Amino acid sequence: MSTLDWESYRNIAPAGIVDLGHRVADRLKGKKFVHVNSTRWGGGVAEMLHRLVPLFQDLGIDTRWDVIEGAPEFYQVTKSFHNALQGQNQIITKEMYDAYLRINKKNGLKMNLDADMVIIHDPQPAPLIYKKKKGSTWLWRCHIDASRPQRKVWNFLKEYVSKYDGAIFSLPSFAQKLSIPQYLVYPSIDPLSDKNKELTQEEINSVLEQFNIPKDKPMILQVSRFDRFKDPVGVIEAYKMVKQYNDCCLVLAGGSAADDPEGLEVLNEVKNAAEKDKDIFILDLPPDANIIINALQRAAAVVLQKSLKEGFGLTVAEAMWKARPVIGGFVGGITVQIVYGQTGFTVSSAEGCAYRIRYLLNNPEFALAMGQNAKEYTRRNFLITRHVIDYLSLMTACVKK
Amino acid sequence: MKEFQFTDCIEIKELTGKKANDEAELLELIEEASPDSIYFHTHSYFLRHFYIMGPYPSDFANWIVMQVRDRVLGEKLSALTPSGKQKIEDVRSDLIEVIDDHLSSIKTIPAVSFGQPFYLMKSKIIEIPTRLKAQNLKEFRDSLACVDASAIYNHVFEARLRGQKGRSDFSIWLEEVLGLSQLAQSIERIDAYMYGLEGLRKKILCLCDQELQEGGQYS
Repeated sequence: MSTLDWESYRNIAPAGIVDLGHRVADRLKGKKFVHVNSTRWGGGVAEMLHRLVPLFQDLGIDTRWDVIEGAPEFYQVTKSFHNALQGQNQIITKEMYDAYLRINKKNGLKMNLDADMVIIHDPQPAPLIYKKKKGSTWLWRCHIDASRPQRKVWNFLKEYVSKYDGAIFSLPSFAQKLSIPQYLVYPSIDPLSDKNKELTQEEINSVLEQFNIPKDKPMILQVSRFDRFKDPVGVIEAYKMVKQYNDCCLVLAGGSAADDPEGLEVLNEVKNAAEKDKDIFILDLPPDANIIINALQRAAAVVLQKSLKEGFGLTVAEAMWKARPVIGGFVGGITVQIVYGQTGFTVSSAEGCAYRIRYLLNNPEFALAMGQNAKEYTRRNFLITRHVIDYLSLMTACVKK
Repeated sequence: MKEFQFTDCIEIKELTGKKANDEAELLELIEEASPDSIYFHTHSYFLRHFYIMGPYPSDFANWIVMQVRDRVLGEKLSALTPSGKQKIEDVRSDLIEVIDDHLSSIKTIPAVSFGQPFYLMKSKIIEIPTRLKAQNLKEFRDSLACVDASAIYNHVFEARLRGQKGRSDFSIWLEEVLGLSQLAQSIERIDAYMYGLEGLRKKILCLCDQELQEGGQYS
């Protein structure tokens, strides 16, 4: 894991927040913290932990990050859990529940979870709560849109979640009937990471040339995993409607995470929908293609995140930070991130998406002003500095003295 | 002499799991909500530092206007400035009275059709003392100019209502320690609900500068 310097954010984050971080962290000196999730690479959770954990360490807080391990069978089960908790109908057999518990038990036996506070991320490692010792504080961090979960799966998971000292959700609508306190913490992006740092025009051009993306026509971009909840086929439909009026190209840039076995299937569906249109570029990128994604976002005329379900759109915040106008699905966290008509547009159909793309392409001054608003809004609400402060304050309030 | 200690604050937001889909349900929520919830939805708006402001500094009014699309009730709620209120219960009573009156005057209860429900939340504040302290008006003014905006929120809104002091920490100190009653009263007369925290900072700084120029007051 890289080392990061909290002071580096002084001229990027809102004034005062860096000093505030030092003062709050001072209260947590001597305490030990552990984060646990299910994958070291791929997906938003791992990406955030790669940045958050070193910053906690730089602030003098003893923080570790551990990952549970499982066979492909385990990831198939947890993917079904994930989909069920996001409202998709899934059949989960007794054998699948047993495998889930067995692998958690096995992981728990070899993991050191002795700490003043343990934060468990997402459903995959939730049963590790059996390792909780007296005097420690355990929080369950839910990153997904669990507002309408498949009841049976939620009831199963709830047995474990209820044993935690608190749960953290990304949006008020994700709150559940739980006997434990439920906190709200928005996720964030890191302005200094490879995915978000400033790039030169040469670096941006080099990426466009690498993929033969034309520079002489506006680019519509969606960056996301090849996942049905991200509606990549809907994005292609919207692009085809726009193409009747505006010459443009579409880039669908994504990849798949280690814990997502459905990615390849969806990628094939997307390729079929693209019908060999020479202005559609489908980029199946590796998890470390951060500079490529950064360059694509900076080169885009309009960025889309036409999700049908979304816990919180990290790619929305990334594009907003680059002062791009964003069109997002009117779902989940995107409704909080985008102030309609001011920091972006939210839409509920391919037709609505197409109309707003056309509007932005044909009103470049409006698009420019919207992008600037988006950047400032992101600085104050969705940067990692605010995220660190939120976690520090929760740790201060919850950890046992 | 007792110095003034500037103290930043961080808000911990809690979800209650309770929500309303129409105005009658909102009324019930407000009747049953904890004081922390009433305070959160009528005050912590300022602390969220929204660069883009919604129409009103009240979550209740914004939800009614933007999600339920009942502009009449939304505007009535927006006019309920909590300025001068001594207790959160007074704020709650006003909200209940206005919504109840409105519901009595209409036949159909306005509800969310396409928008999102109102999600009841609450918050608690963690205070983080800064290194900024003041022993006279000039030091007070200079520290106020550079303190984090959360300190202004803490000393004005938190102190008045949740801290149950009825006045801002600023005016209490200026009057009781420095004996500047007129300046203290002028600060109390600022309609804090009409400005963001930065606007409030500017107003208070302006009053301090006037006092320093007029009275050469460094006491």
